[in-house]
Amino acid sequence: MKVSIFVTCVVDQLFPATGMAMATVLERAGCEIHFPEDQTCCGQPAFNTGYRDEAATVARHTMKVLQGSDYVVVPAGSCASMMCHHYTDLFATGTDHDAAKQLAPRVVEFSKFLTDVLKLEDLGARFDGVVTYHDACHSLRELGIKDGPRRLLSKVRGLELREMDIPEECCGFGGTFSVKFPGVSGGMARTKIDSIVRTGANILVSADSSCLMQMAGAISRAGLPIRTMHLAEVLASR
Amino acid sequence: MSTSHLDHQDFGRIINSTLADPHLQKAVYTATGRLMSHRRSAIAPHLLPDYQELREQARLVKLHTIENLDWYLEQFERNVVAHGGHVHWCRDAEEVAATVLSIARPRGVKLVVKSKSMTSEEVHLNDRLAEHGIESVETDLGEYILQLLKQRPYHIIAPALHLTRYDVADLFEEKLGTPHDTVIENQTRTARVVLREAFLRADMGISGANFLVADSGAIVVVENEGNARLSTSAPRVHVAIAGIEKIIPRAQDLATFLKLLARSATGQMLSAYTSFLSGPRRAGEVDGPEEFHVILLDGGRTKLLEDEEKRTSLTCIRCGACLNHCPVYRKIGGHSFPWVYSGPIGAILTPQFHGLDAEPALPFASSLCGACAEVCPVKIDIPKILLRLRSDIKESEKETAGHQFERMAFRAYAYAAARPKLWRRLTKLGARFSGPGIRNGASLPVVRDWLSQRDLPAPAAKSFRELWKERRR
Repeated sequence: MKVSIFVTCVVDQLFPATGMAMATVLERAGCEIHFPEDQTCCGQPAFNTGYRDEAATVARHTMKVLQGSDYVVVPAGSCASMMCHHYTDLFATGTDHDAAKQLAPRVVEFSKFLTDVLKLEDLGARFDGVVTYHDACHSLRELGIKDGPRRLLSKVRGLELREMDIPEECCGFGGTFSVKFPGVSGGMARTKIDSIVRTGANILVSADSSCLMQMAGAISRAGLPIRTMHLAEVLASR
Repeated sequence: MSTSHLDHQDFGRIINSTLADPHLQKAVYTATGRLMSHRRSAIAPHLLPDYQELREQARLVKLHTIENLDWYLEQFERNVVAHGGHVHWCRDAEEVAATVLSIARPRGVKLVVKSKSMTSEEVHLNDRLAEHGIESVETDLGEYILQLLKQRPYHIIAPALHLTRYDVADLFEEKLGTPHDTVIENQTRTARVVLREAFLRADMGISGANFLVADSGAIVVVENEGNARLSTSAPRVHVAIAGIEKIIPRAQDLATFLKLLARSATGQMLSAYTSFLSGPRRAGEVDGPEEFHVILLDGGRTKLLEDEEKRTSLTCIRCGACLNHCPVYRKIGGHSFPWVYSGPIGAILTPQFHGLDAEPALPFASSLCGACAEVCPVKIDIPKILLRLRSDIKESEKETAGHQFERMAFRAYAYAAARPKLWRRLTKLGARFSGPGIRNGASLPVVRDWLSQRDLPAPAAKSFRELWKERRR
C-alpha cells in the first residue's frame, strides 16, 4: 500500500526520531512510504488562535501538497483532526471546501491507521519497560481513539502497561493556550504528572507529539526519572 | 440593550491568586472530582443504557424549542394565565428589578425568601431590592453561606463549592455567633433555625425555574433541600424568574430532561425534590401562594438566535457538568470568570451576552480538550463555539489594532508555511539559534512564558527532513 506521511512541524523540528520510527513501523507493515517534501504545518496554531485567514493560507498549501495521496498518515491526533475535521469548517464553500472534503477521509492518525486500515495489532515489537498511556484529547474526543493504542501496546513483548487514574485528562498544552495562560497550563501538566507518578511507570507513551512536548518539559522541570516516548518509537523497538 | 455588566475585570489577577492558593486548589479539585465520579456512576450503562439516545433527544428538543421560541413562549403564557397566574416579559435586568418592585411595593413586601436562581444573580436582584428597603434572604444553604460572605456563586449548581466545612464553621461563628462546629449536619441545623424564621415572616418568595413547560403552563423547580418548595408555597406571593430559553414544549419531555439533569449535575438519579408549580392556590386548596408570577427574561438571549451555531448555547440546561469536567475550571475556579456563569459554558455565554470586547481573553482560556462537550447532556459543541468566538475576536482586533505583534507573527508564519523553500530555510535557522541562547536568555515573551512552567526540548541535531533524505540516499 502506498502511504504518504505528514510528519507535522513539531516532529520535523523537535522529534525527528518519532517520524523515523513511524516510517519504520509502516514499512514493516508493508507500506511504501512517500514523504511529500513540500509539507510544512497543518495550520492549527493559527486556526486555534482565531487567525482563520492565516490558517486558510496554510491549509490551502497543505491540501495542495497532499493531493493525490491515497492515505496521509499523521503521528499526532490533533494535527490529523485539524485536517480531517476543521479544514471543512475553515472552508465553508467553493473549491477549497471540495478539496477539504476530498482530503478529510484520507487523513488517518498513525495508531488508527495501524488498527483500522491495516487491521494490525502485533507489529513484532519488543520493549522492556513499564509504561503508562496518555490519551491525547483530540485523538480521544475528535477521532474516537481509545482502545487502539492499548491493543497495539498489549502486543509489545516485554512491555507492561499501567493505566493512570486520569488517562483522559488534558495535559494542558492546548497550543497558544500554553503561553497565553502559562500558570494554568503548567498546573494542568503537574496534575497529570502526579497521576503518572502514582502508576509507578517510568515511561510515558502517547500518540501526539505536542502533548509529549508539554509533558516532557514539565517532567524535566520536576526532575523526575520518567521518559516520554511516542507510540511509534515503542512499536519500532525490537 | 441590556444594562447588565460584567462583575469584574480581574480575570488574569484572580486566576493567579487562585492558582497560588493551595487550600482553594484542593477544595475545588476535590469537590469537582466528587461530582465527576458521581456522574460517572449515575450514567453507567447498566443504570442508564439509553444515555446517548437521551442526550440526542434532549439536544433535538431543545434546539427545536429555541428555533420556535416565540410560539412556545406564547403558549406558555396562555396556559399560565388560564391557571390564574401572571406573566411578565422583561428585556433586561432593569426591567426585572422594576417588575419585582412593582409587585412587591403595593403589597407591602418587606422580606423576600429566595431559592437558588442563577437568573436572579444575572440581574443582581438582591442588591436592587435592598436599594428599595426590601430584605432578601437566600435559602439554599450554599447561597445562604455566600450571602453571609457577600460573594457570588462559585459554581452553577454548587454555589459554595470552594468552601470547606471548616470555612463554614469559621463563618457561622463570626456572623451568627454560634459555637465553632465543623459537623456539616450541625451547620445545616444552625442555618435552618435562621431560615425557618425567614420562611414564616416572608411576604414574597422568589425562585428560579429549571423548566418552563409550554403545554401545561407549569414551571419545574429541581432542588435537594426543600427550600425551594417552602419559598414557593409559604409566602403570599410567588415570583419565578427564568430566562426565556428555559422553555420546553411538553410535560412529557421532562421524562428526557429530568433523567439527564440530576445525573449530569450531581450524579443523582433524580434530585430530592422536583416541584411542578402551576398557578396560585385554587379554591378548595389548603396551601400555596395567593399570587403566582413568572418573569421571563431576555437579557441578551435573543441576540444569539440569528446564528445557527451560536444559538445552540441557549440549549444549556445549567447542569454544571462542563464546569466539573473542565481541567481549566478546576484550576482557576469560578470567581476568576468575569460573569456569574463560569466554566466552559460561561466562556461561551459571556462574550455572546456582553460583547466580544468585554473580556477578550476569556475564550482563549481553554486547551480545547473537549471534555465539556463530551459530558454536556444536550451536546453543545463548546470547543467549536470557542473557536468561532476566538476568530470573531481576532476579526474585531483588525479594527482595534489589538495584539499587533501576535497578528504579525501569525502572518509571517502563514506566509512562510505556504512557501516550502522559505519554511525550510527558516526552520533550519531557527533550530540553529534555539540553542542555549534563547533558552537561557528567554528574550522572547513566548519563550519566557513557556519556560516559566516547563523546559524546552533540545532542538534535534537534524530535522526529520534531513534524516529522511540521508536514509533515502
